[in-house]
Amino acid sequence: MKVSFPHMGTSHIAFKHLIEHLGHEAVVPPNPSKRTLSLGVQHSPEFACIPFKILLGSYLEVLEQGTDMIISSGGVGPCRAGIYGLLHEKILKSLGYDFEMLIFEPPLRGVGDFISKIGRVIKPGGVGWIEFIRVFKITWKKLLALDETEILSHRIRPYEITKGETSRIFDQCLYLIDQAQTQGEIEEAKIESERKLNAIKQKEGYTPLKVGIIGEIYVVLEPFINLDIEKTFGEMGVETHRSIYLTDWTRDNTVFDGEKNIKKAAEPHLNQLIGGHGINSIGETILYAKNGFDGVVQLAPFTCIPEIVAKSILPEVSKKFNIPVMTIFLDEQTGKAGVQTRVEAFVDLLEHKRRGKGA
Amino acid sequence: MGKTIGLPSTLTYYSYFPFWNKFFSALNYEVVASPASSKQIIDWGVKETVNDACIPIKLFHGHVIALRDKVDYLFIPRMVSVDGKATFCPKFLGLPDMVRASIDGLPEIIDQRIELKRNTHGLLATCYKIGAALKENYINIVNAYRKAYIAHFQYRSQLINGVLPGEILHDQTLNVRNSRTMGGINLAVLGYPYEVYDPYISVNLLQNLAAMKVNVWTAEMVPDAILAKYRYKLSKDLFWHYSNKVLWACYYYLKQPIDGIVHVSAFGCGPDSIVDKLMELETKAHNVPFITLTIDEHTGEAGVLTRLEAFVDMVSYRRERK
Ligand code: SF4
Ligand code: SF4
Repeated sequence: MKVSFPHMGTSHIAFKHLIEHLGHEAVVPPNPSKRTLSLGVQHSPEFACIPFKILLGSYLEVLEQGTDMIISSGGVGPCRAGIYGLLHEKILKSLGYDFEMLIFEPPLRGVGDFISKIGRVIKPGGVGWIEFIRVFKITWKKLLALDETEILSHRIRPYEITKGETSRIFDQCLYLIDQAQTQGEIEEAKIESERKLNAIKQKEGYTPLKVGIIGEIYVVLEPFINLDIEKTFGEMGVETHRSIYLTDWTRDNTVFDGEKNIKKAAEPHLNQLIGGHGINSIGETILYAKNGFDGVVQLAPFTCIPEIVAKSILPEVSKKFNIPVMTIFLDEQTGKAGVQTRVEAFVDLLEHKRRGKGA
Repeated sequence: MGKTIGLPSTLTYYSYFPFWNKFFSALNYEVVASPASSKQIIDWGVKETVNDACIPIKLFHGHVIALRDKVDYLFIPRMVSVDGKATFCPKFLGLPDMVRASIDGLPEIIDQRIELKRNTHGLLATCYKIGAALKENYINIVNAYRKAYIAHFQYRSQLINGVLPGEILHDQTLNVRNSRTMGGINLAVLGYPYEVYDPYISVNLLQNLAAMKVNVWTAEMVPDAILAKYRYKLSKDLFWHYSNKVLWACYYYLKQPIDGIVHVSAFGCGPDSIVDKLMELETKAHNVPFITLTIDEHTGEAGVLTRLEAFVDMVSYRRERK
């Protein structure tokens, strides 16, 4: 069976591993491109948020390659993401595609449903449960290796002497991790990646500005949509810290509750779960301020409900905790040049502020 | 005279004003509803809100400003859920926080969270909390609650009988037609109550349809129990209270002898991007004409009217041919 899944940051490398080891052919969604977006836009409601459009475009691209099954995730709301799968399926079927859409709801919502859906995936490949769990654990290791390597790359980039070197090396690291098949190999690939990144020639005696990146998960994770904002900052010598990685997201959403602090920080300003990452955006801004960050960038899809609520409240937070916040709303018309200019202006502001503090 | 309490006349106003009006009056408060939406009110709202917000939210902020200096309390409950399942749009959930962060010089806000499960006692408990915060005693609160409940019940039955909120709340004569014996074409006009029933947002949609001799059918004319039967058309409910109502009403009216469906939607409304697409797919499958009127603060009546007339012409033509 040809199986595909959404594209989100670097996670496709791990999902490809999972699908292949379950005895299927993985159709890896191509990196989102102008074409993906325009396909998606063409068939999406106008005011759907950009993640919806990109995902739809991506699905159309993998269906062109003969995909039989698309696996995606659901959700419990109150944000739209949980309805996405259902609407994607309706739109694609109305366009005449014949395929199966398997939408995984969080296991806490119905364990039986979750298990029977896994069964739908593993049985046709002749894989048993024990084998599935083994493969799943390795996939998780891969995801962790990917995230940890990326975190390191963002830490090193602002110090690089040769502009662009970190990104070049990082691509090599992704290749290494992609190639690794066993637990041992993944571990080795990770160590080798760290070594390569650490070997990059770095400026000394330099303290970069530190910026926290907050906002809606999909646009934060997908460089194509956020116009490579972390790279842009990094190459201007600014260190970025991203609030979300897939590995901590999955952990929170299934069994653990590591978000208590964020919610507690947000409480005086927004005392209600509003879906998406709305409450996180408030809480994280406060925590970034308390941890000595110089500024925060909020990334939000155009029409994103939770982030609009957050944006309305952020000026108050920004003032109270004395931390500049810049919000970037992203849609299909957002251009790289515009974002670049705003990033430059923001960095100027932060530098100015820091000098003021030092004096 | 008792103290004054302000209720913004938008968002949940069209669903629950009679309830809260009666509740607070019975507790001896003078209830002040903000004046009807207007250019002035929307301008105030636009000034205080992020420009990415939808027009109903901007308008709400405007209504708050209209009341700000006139009342002792502002009632902005945090509407989370009224059935224990669907929540309101996330913008409703964050509403008191947004208002506080955006508008200065506010009177005391009563922002009691309203999160009901399936039974009505939850509402009594919530009312008790509101009353207790105002230092009322238990007996008075229960009495007020009882009166409010009856008022709400009467209001709901009037709506189901085809009376429009504006006719009850503002004592207007709208001459909107919705009797099948009158002849003319039948259109279901669906959308959130704060869009459909606010003549300022909907740019006089209902009056204009009346002038075209169209019978208008809305989601509020269908009893909740009947609407709820249509929930199983989708494998999963939508998450939002009003969105479910609109969508289920669409499914319901597609089963009635109806000539077309009009969807009123706010520019940039998140939930509607989904609702509208589902309606479009469903009406197409039933071969029923469908039009979406997307509205923002710059929408002019003339433009909407032109599209509406063309739609009504098309629908009448189709009907004659049948
Ligand atoms: S969080 Fe925002 S972008 Fe994500 S699904 Fe919800 S509305 Fe869309
Ligand atoms: S449902 Fe739509 S129109 Fe209503 S508040 Fe939410 S986003 Fe705005």
